[in-house]
Amino acid sequence: MPGGLGADPVRTVTDSTGLTALRLLLITLTITPLRHFTRRSEWLHYRRPLGLFAFLYATLHVLMYMLIDRRLDAHILWEDMVKRPWITLGMGAFLLLIPLAATSTRWAMAQLKSRWQLVHRCVYLITLLVCWHYYWQVKRDVRAPLVYAAVFLVLMAVRLWRIYARRSPLGRRPAAGS
Amino acid sequence: MKVNLSTPILASDITPESVFQERRAVLAALGLAGSAAVMPAQASTPSGAELKAARNATYTVPEAVTRWEDVTSYNNFYEFGTDKSDPAAHSASLHTTPWSVSVTGEAERLGTLTLEDILKPHALEERTYRLRCVEAWSMVIPWVGFPLKDLVARFKPTSKAKYVSFTTLNDPKQMPGQRDRVLSWPYSEALTMAEAMHPLTLMAVGLYGRVLPNQNGAPLRLVVPWKYGFKSIKSIVGIHFTERMPHTTWNDANPGEYGFYANVNPSVDHPRWSQKTERRIGGGLFAPRVPTLPFNGYAAEVASLYAGLDLRRYY
Repeated sequence: MPGGLGADPVRTVTDSTGLTALRLLLITLTITPLRHFTRRSEWLHYRRPLGLFAFLYATLHVLMYMLIDRRLDAHILWEDMVKRPWITLGMGAFLLLIPLAATSTRWAMAQLKSRWQLVHRCVYLITLLVCWHYYWQVKRDVRAPLVYAAVFLVLMAVRLWRIYARRSPLGRRPAAGS
Repeated sequence: MKVNLSTPILASDITPESVFQERRAVLAALGLAGSAAVMPAQASTPSGAELKAARNATYTVPEAVTRWEDVTSYNNFYEFGTDKSDPAAHSASLHTTPWSVSVTGEAERLGTLTLEDILKPHALEERTYRLRCVEAWSMVIPWVGFPLKDLVARFKPTSKAKYVSFTTLNDPKQMPGQRDRVLSWPYSEALTMAEAMHPLTLMAVGLYGRVLPNQNGAPLRLVVPWKYGFKSIKSIVGIHFTERMPHTTWNDANPGEYGFYANVNPSVDHPRWSQKTERRIGGGLFAPRVPTLPFNGYAAEVASLYAGLDLRRYY
């Protein structure tokens, strides 16, 4: 097929950039568990580029929607934002992602100190919103969005389990990678 | 192609060869005009057994027809999977010969007809219709078929017949998508008798002058151009006349999003997207959306069917 974008290239590009953004967010969220399980801190080198690539694809996804599909028509965009909750969710997730990308530099880390981690924990909420946005967008066959949501829940469960294990005296173990 | 419709179609051969050739030339020109600007002119050529059909000049549209390749590769036919590319990829397992259709309910002539029985008395004609999907994309398709009203008349519906419903084949061996209960199989759709008897309503057996590819609903499908595409049920094996409004698949699955009437209506949005505009397939990445017309541009013909009906409530 010429160009490989199929009969409806706008939809193909919008869907694939959105899905890539979600996949990259989930891969970003696997870095910390990997670091803990393998007890190797080298994984951390990948976290910032992965997160920034997620932001890049999310930006392309939003630009496809706003610029190419909706032609920056303020009236239509506003109507979508207020009348269609799945778009509200997606837009919310994207807006929340902007400060994370903006504070990804070493300089920002130094400035924000302990607040940096607090800001970047927003990624959990963002990924949840994106999973929800995907689920709500699908017409009928929700299997794929549920698989992504399940991966997200597993990644969150791993974190909760670790917090629990570290707090309980019986489960106490040396902190990995430190 | 497994379908062999040659016997009944030759019997209804009413089109001079010259007219037929001219029609194909016009279509080819239109097809190229529609795609050359945005895509390399590499469209696959139409395939499948040729049908002889007279072009019905009453039913054409000014827009360019959608490329054969797009019409046959971008389909919603959940019986073969829920992705748009699934029907083209997974419909080879559908066997359309032999094919039969059962006719039941409030009519005088009931029974099971073979596809040949169904087609025999009808002269095929070509009509170019707009097709508007509820998902806000659209195509322009040169169908080959005959008016549903002529078929319905053969069954002599009784005065009790207020609706006619249609059923798609239910056979997971032939339709692998039916192994997943994404919808309640078999797929069914229905029309009021007035809608079924409207001259626009077409029983299609082909497109682009060829027998329907499996992914487009072979061997027999409905085309109701003023309604969202899901009303135009594919691969029909059952026709049932009834007094009460029948259940229909998408309406059952999500009544808040898909109504029984499902008339194309830019002023009634789908709860999750706008229906004011549509993306015309084949326009490429940078083509603007086009405005959606009431009744998909067929208001002059069909609006009177719904006089007095609140179209916001009965969407």
